[in-house]
Amino acid sequence: MAKVKSLADLKKMKEQLQSSISLREKSEHPEGMVQVKVAMATCGIASGAKDVMEFFTGNLEKRNVEAIVTQTGCMGYCYAEPTIEVRLPGQDPVVYGFVDVKKADEIIEKYIKQGELVDGIIPVNYETIDKK
Amino acid sequence: MSKYKMHLLVCGGTGCHASASNQLLENLKKEVADKDLSGEVQVISTGCFGFCEKGPIVKTIPDNTFYTEVKPEDATDIVAEHVIKGRQVKRLLYKDPVRKEVISDSKDMGFYKKQLRIALRNCGFINPENIDEYIAADGYNALGKVLTEMTPEEATKVVIDSGLRGRGGGGFPAGVKWDIARKVESDQKYVVCNADEGDPGAFMDRSILEGDPHSVIEAMAINGYCIGADKGLVYIRAEYPLAIERLKIALDQAREYGLLGEDILGTGFNFEIEIRYGAGAFVCGEETALIHSMEGHRGEPTFKPPFPAQSGYLGKPTNVNNVETFANIPVIYNKGAEWFASIGTEKSKGTKVFALAGKINNVGLIEVPMGTTLREVIFEIGGGIKDGKKFKAVQTGGPSGGCLTEKHLDTPIDFDTLIASGSMMGSGGMIVMDEDDCMVSVARFYLDFTVEESCGKCTPCRVGNKRLYELLDVISKGNGTHAELDKLRNLSEVIKDTSLCGLGQTSPNPVLSTMDNFWDEYLSHVEDKMCPAGQCKELIRYEVVEENCVGCTACARNCPVNCISGERKEIHFIDQSLCIKCGACFEKCKFNAISVS
Ligand SMILES: Cc1cc2nc3c(=O)[nH]c(=O)nc-3n(C[C@H](O)[C@H](O)[C@H](O)COP(=O)(O)O)c2cc1C
Ligand code: SF4
Ligand code: SF4
Ligand code: SF4
Ligand code: FES
Ligand code: FES
Repeated sequence: MAKVKSLADLKKMKEQLQSSISLREKSEHPEGMVQVKVAMATCGIASGAKDVMEFFTGNLEKRNVEAIVTQTGCMGYCYAEPTIEVRLPGQDPVVYGFVDVKKADEIIEKYIKQGELVDGIIPVNYETIDKK
Repeated sequence: MSKYKMHLLVCGGTGCHASASNQLLENLKKEVADKDLSGEVQVISTGCFGFCEKGPIVKTIPDNTFYTEVKPEDATDIVAEHVIKGRQVKRLLYKDPVRKEVISDSKDMGFYKKQLRIALRNCGFINPENIDEYIAADGYNALGKVLTEMTPEEATKVVIDSGLRGRGGGGFPAGVKWDIARKVESDQKYVVCNADEGDPGAFMDRSILEGDPHSVIEAMAINGYCIGADKGLVYIRAEYPLAIERLKIALDQAREYGLLGEDILGTGFNFEIEIRYGAGAFVCGEETALIHSMEGHRGEPTFKPPFPAQSGYLGKPTNVNNVETFANIPVIYNKGAEWFASIGTEKSKGTKVFALAGKINNVGLIEVPMGTTLREVIFEIGGGIKDGKKFKAVQTGGPSGGCLTEKHLDTPIDFDTLIASGSMMGSGGMIVMDEDDCMVSVARFYLDFTVEESCGKCTPCRVGNKRLYELLDVISKGNGTHAELDKLRNLSEVIKDTSLCGLGQTSPNPVLSTMDNFWDEYLSHVEDKMCPAGQCKELIRYEVVEENCVGCTACARNCPVNCISGERKEIHFIDQSLCIKCGACFEKCKFNAISVS
């Protein structure tokens, strides 16, 4: 990777990265990219987040869903681990708690493929600083 | 894409479940089916909304109506009125307790603004192992800005103006500390990140390093520029393997991008960061002990002054800050000192991350503006006490803190109010206790921890805490008298006054605060030889309640010492002289025929 040599470089990079990341969030074709984030902090992993992550990476491709599966840090819901966040193109993200492999399968079949909410949503109860 | 026009989200969390939310869910599904709406309206069970006190909860999507205290029979109205006619069922809407008005859109509920994520802004959002995602989220922008647009003095002033206070426990103003280190003349200075996190029940720092390691790296580099240091050290306990791994990955990526190392962003500023491992002793979190430990000596505290800012690592000026303190830094530059200072209370600015644990429904990591009350944290965000039990106390500040009670619930939390109530902010562990917790045992638990963790250097701490533990032990076994209670208090005062470091100076706090707030409980142990919470084994008795016993023999079959006698279908009897108080009989009896007293 090339070095970031100046603040101007960094700003340019940020813009490019932001647009490529938002591109994958709001893909032009709605049947396009789905984004799945798996909370992989210590307590998530301890309750099985790794298996869930593997299930998503393996199965979404197999089932022809164009998706990006990434890991992330603590979402704050230790009591409901493993937790995942699913963002369908152009929609608000939805967080699911207590996701095991069976639940993950249901989420793929019902929510990701058909946009039908399934049981186990975790309501978000915080505000973020708006990132302008 | 969804074929449903409307969703009804019904809380299926433990709290709401206890108040018949499952019946409500069934009724709503049935109503929807009866009205032939199954294809258009979907009824879903969700996790806890954190609002259990007002449960069961129903939320409608897409119009965000929030119904509270919904009973199973309300299903008819919700479907008939809201779903079919599009009219909100007014009597079920949430009433704001402060403004006394009915709130119809959940986006307007104060409840949803209770948590604000500043230090945790990227945790759970970005991939911690990908520097690109951090950069896309404004990462390293603050560093760039500081290096190119500000002198060290100006940059330090921003932190002073923000009012940020150290999140490691003491709450010392971060900018003031930076300024002291900046002004000391020296050929070499150091930046240290304290990631020791030894408090029982605390995991904030670990989560930040696991979820957003770059924010700490960026802040350390900024600090280096401000005070004139080109070297940073992260002191982290070896028991945090995942945090260490993610930190290492982040350090490598930052070096690769030239955001660490020589001539950062072409400004001529150099900065490197190394990791140092601690063996996980609580006292090593104390800054002087931490520095000794990094130098390869025993992790023992030494007297201050000199402060680390004057003579720290290898005798050089060193600025020590906590992980969470650092995590706040980049935002302060990106959004401005004024923005930061506008959040929180007069003397405690910004937010605080708490690790909520214990007998609470929503165990987890939360971040709230300073000034939020304990009640809001425990009952709204934390979703209240598990299994519908009664709240008894909340322990904050770990072994340096104390137990607060019902009467403190409406105190706005900040550094100073917690100290005024006899506890401490500490690093942010918050352990919630219910009616089944015995306060004498709680104090004993913390003293046991302190005795284990004392470095042993000074007598009041080494010997005094051991004696405190023994006194508590005697009381919990029912052998205490008023003389022991007096000794507890006196000895506590002496230890506080005469210990060298913060560990000894605060170790009696759990004892003093439980004595202040739960004096009755100490008295019951001493005078009546009773443990009101039924926790102190020596003081409880398991007995058969004759009226209820049906003679099923379950207790006798499960008693590990065979001290229960009785024929089938006849009343059973426990031989108290043999009973080891394991509680097995109590657990097994299905007829409420075993009592604990
Ligand atoms: C016994 C004891 C243990 C401590 N443990 C920690 C710790 O685990 N993490 C921490 O950041 N500070 C800990 N501190 C506080 C540090 O000494 C120091 O004040 C702090 O790291 C400074 O950073 P801050 O100003 O950003 O909070 C401890 C203090 C004492 C007396
Ligand atoms: S107060 Fe306790 S931990 Fe601190 S230096 Fe003395 S003996 Fe060691
Ligand atoms: S288990 Fe309960 S009901 Fe059965 S014999 Fe024992 S005390 Fe009686
Ligand atoms: S408490 Fe344990 S030892 Fe005592 S009677 Fe019950 S089962 Fe037996
Ligand atoms: S560590 Fe579990 S959600 Fe935070
Ligand atoms: S269990 Fe329903 S709001 Fe908490």
